[in-house]
Formats: sequence, structure tokens, C-alpha cells
Amino acid sequence: MDLLYKIFFDPFVQMGAAPDLLVQTLWEGLVAGVLYALIALGFVLIFKASGVFNFAQGIMVVFAALTLVGLHERGVPAYIALGLTIVVMFGLAVAIERVMLRPLVNQPDIILFMATFGLTYFLIGFGQLVFGGESKVMIANQLGLPRGAYDIKMLGGFVSFQKIDIAAAVIASLMVAALAVFFQKTRIGRALRAVADSHKAALSVGISLEQIWIVVWFAAGLVALTTGIMWGARSEVSFALEVIALKALPVLILGGFTSIPGAIVGGVIIGVGEKIGEFYWGPLFGSGIETWLAYVIALIFLLFRPQGLFGERLIERI
Amino acid sequence: MRTPGGPDAAAGDVLLSVANVSLAFGGVKAVSDVSFDIRKGEIRAIIGPNGAGKTSMLNIINGFYHPQQGVINFKGETRSKMRPHDAAHGGIARTFQNVALFRGMTALDNIMVGRTLKMHKNLFWQLLRHGPAMTEEVEHRRRVEEIIDFLKIQEIRRTPVGRLPYGLQKRVELGRALAMEPELLLLDEPMAGMNMEEKEDMSRFVLDVNEHYGTTIALIEHDMGVVMDLSDRVVVLDHGIKIADGTPDEVKKNQAVIDAYLGVAH
Repeated sequence: MDLLYKIFFDPFVQMGAAPDLLVQTLWEGLVAGVLYALIALGFVLIFKASGVFNFAQGIMVVFAALTLVGLHERGVPAYIALGLTIVVMFGLAVAIERVMLRPLVNQPDIILFMATFGLTYFLIGFGQLVFGGESKVMIANQLGLPRGAYDIKMLGGFVSFQKIDIAAAVIASLMVAALAVFFQKTRIGRALRAVADSHKAALSVGISLEQIWIVVWFAAGLVALTTGIMWGARSEVSFALEVIALKALPVLILGGFTSIPGAIVGGVIIGVGEKIGEFYWGPLFGSGIETWLAYVIALIFLLFRPQGLFGERLIERI
Repeated sequence: MRTPGGPDAAAGDVLLSVANVSLAFGGVKAVSDVSFDIRKGEIRAIIGPNGAGKTSMLNIINGFYHPQQGVINFKGETRSKMRPHDAAHGGIARTFQNVALFRGMTALDNIMVGRTLKMHKNLFWQLLRHGPAMTEEVEHRRRVEEIIDFLKIQEIRRTPVGRLPYGLQKRVELGRALAMEPELLLLDEPMAGMNMEEKEDMSRFVLDVNEHYGTTIALIEHDMGVVMDLSDRVVVLDHGIKIADGTPDEVKKNQAVIDAYLGVAH
């Protein structure tokens, strides 16, 4: 009886008793969610255009952030370093197309998936060789990202909004909006979806696979760079950041692997769910539930909506 | 029976020809030393028993396969192999034996993809959905709607094609090929798996495309009745070798063709 009370009643009493804490928790969940969504977005881009789960997305985030900070360390001004990093990400996209994707045209998806493992280890090795293995500090100030927080008095207490979090939310939203229009409404966007569905049919209408793959990997590279800057600014830039990619999995399961808005909604549900769960229900389990709660939420979702919230529901004819 | 020659074929201009083309996969010879031509404005059938190399031939023409020997001449330009991109640019469109559509997309979007090569306005305007790109998009939509009307698939234009019955999928696929405004249309078994009524519809579309748009058509088909009715000239392959080439009447009487189809007593 006591346990049931603690699970189903007590947390809500706490929420009602301290609404300012609830708002703070929700906000933090929202920001975490937006950042998860950014990572998930990188996966969705590649998945939409090639049907492949890109295992290397996490390391691309690290690689982009390292390149940016590394260039700045070598005396390149911040904005020029940013420009150069974008050029490097484009070069990476071209190299991936040439060396990895082109020889694997028309191979089963699992082969491409394994190739992204290879890419991961290559980028880890290459990154360490060029920039060293120690962690670095993101050049957030030099890039003009805001610092400090707004402390707003509300609901009988103070709620603190970090300016960098607000910036992250705004930038992520803009990025999602632009990508959604890009995929749905432009010629190249349509071509990207076409390539994902059928290589040979896409070829037969004159779509160039090379061009499409460079575009999509470059877009994923830009998303990785943005993610790297935002995550880097909140913690630090190190190879440990790579594991945040695993957080994208439950987000993708929730949102659907092919939906850009789904990545955002899924990210927010996971982010908010995690923070609220940790804060109100965490003590019941001795805390630390944040690390696994996302996967449990995703698992429950899988039972009821395997294609995700916004995924394309394909009916197989047999 | 169709009047041989079609509207423009009388002129006899060759649109595409293959000369001494051979293609092997390892030890398997798919096509051996085959030569034939396709004239402007005609409907050209490629027939033959299973495994005769018909689909390989289409794949060579639109650049999916690269023959080891022989040359391909398209619109006066001779080359040893086509590339899919060049073929599409040059005005070759095709459909596939086992429908190859973009399954997650609607019928309308599938056909719009066929316009890819015709759209040129820059990405910036397309993203803003404004200015010249919008004018262009509207124009392309108009063309696509014409094709949708022509194929009588108005009511399914918003349906994801994965949900459509097979016959309609084939029609959408034809629509996507037509959206490319091709000079040469390659149809790989357009009537396979269809019932009588669907076959008649499809035959009508093929004839209409040929007559209204003046599109040259090369088709592979197993239904002999359909082939004899539709085509101006027929080329017959068996085990990768050309065994006959001529009008439907000539081919029908050819002893090698009869043997290939019915078997021959040894």
C-alpha cells in the first residue's frame, strides 16, 4: 500500500506543492530533448536517403567539434574556423561517397551499416592522430553564443533559463523547419526520398546517386557540427561525447526513423520523460534511472507503435 | 492488327541501334552478338522464352549493364556503353519487370520525381517556395496532372503507392516514365500479372502514348496476342541469340521462332 502511494500519489503531490520546481524540471527536460533531437536528426537524414542506420553519426559530432576547436587552438579566428570546419565536413561527405558508398551501390543495407562501423573507427583514429586524445573546451564565447541565465520569478519561486539552452532550442527548431521543407518540397529533397526507396528506379529517372549522397552526408555533417557545438558548450569536447549517439536510438524509435518532426517530438518526449522520471520517481529506485529510462519508454512504445509516432507505415505485399 | 510502320516509322530514321552486343555474367552468356535497331516512332517488341536475355537487353540500353562487346548508337552517337544518367538525360525512360516505385511516396510524388531532370531553379528559391521556383513547380504540377488524367488515376494521386493494387502500381510507374517526356520508352513486361481488362487498358495506354506523344516504344511482353496487335516490328531472342527480326507476320511464320517456343523434336 505504501509503495503504491509512493508511485501513484506522492510524486503528484510534490509537483503540486512546488510548481516552480516542476517548471524547472520540464524546461531542463525540454532542452535535453532538443539536443537529443539534434543527434537523432543526423540519423534520420541518412536513414531517409539510404535506409541505413549510420553508426558513425556520434563520432561525426565529435569529429566536427574537434576540428572546430582544434583549428581555433592553432590560431585560426573563431568564425573562420567555423567556415573551415564546414568545408572539412563537405570534404568528408565527398570522401565517404567516393571511398565507401560508391563501391557498395546496390549492396544489402546491412553491408552499408557495417561500413559505417568502419567509418567510426577510422574517424576515431584520424581524429586522435590530428587533434590528440585529450578533451577540449568548446569555443562558445568566441562564436558569440550567449552566456548566463534569466532567472524568472514565477509560481512562488525562481526558474532559471540558461541563455545557451534557449539558443540551442531556437537553432534546433530552425534547422528542423528548414530540413522538413527541404525534404518535402524541393527537387533534391524528393530525389533523396526516391533514392532511399529504390536505387534502380531513381537511376532510371536520371537521379545521380553520387550527388544525392554527397548532399545528404554533408547535411548530416552540418547537423553533427551544430550538435557538437551545442553539446560541447554544455560539457566539453571529448571522444566520450560519442556515446550520446546511443541516446538517439530511443528517440528514433519513438519518432520514427524517417520523420524529421518525429525526431524533435521523440527527443522532447524522451528528454522530458527522463528528467521528470529522475526527479520524482528516481528516489524510489535509489536514483540514477535517467540512464535507462529512455530505453524503457522506447520499449513500451515499440509494443504499440512499431513504426514510431510519425514513421511511414509500410504495408508489405507478399 | 496494327498498320505496320506507325505514324512516323515510315521515315525509317533509326533512333537507337545496338551492334554485335555481348554480355556475360561470369560464364553465363546473357546476350551474344545481338544487333538490331529501333526506328523513330515505332513500337518495337522484344520477345523470347524465359532466360532469353530480353531484360538484359533493356538494361544494356538504359545503362544498368555494360556490355563487354559491341556498340550502342543512340541519336547518332556511338558508344560502348550507356550510363543511366546519360540515358535519362538523352530521353530514355523505362519501367521495370517487378514494379520499382518509391513505395513510401504518393502516386503524385512518384510521378513528380520523373520531372527531376526538367527542374532547374535553384534550391534557395525552392526552399522559400517563392518566386521563380514556385512558378516552375506549378508548371510541373500541371504537366503531372495531365499525365494523371491521361492514365485515369486521379482518385489515387494522394495514396502511398505501396498500398495500391499491382495493376495501378504499373500504371503509376508508366506515369513516372512519361513524366520524363521520353523519346524512347522501354517497357519491361507492362502487362505481366494483369487480368484481361487491365491488359486491354494498358494496351490502349501504350498505343495512345505512341500516337499522341509520338514516343518510340520498345517493349518486352509474353502475351503473344498483345505483342502481335501492338508492335510494328518484333525481334526474337533465345538463349541470348537473336533468332528472328521482322514484322509480326514474318516472325510468326519463322520456323526458328516456332521451335524456340514449342520445342523441337530431336
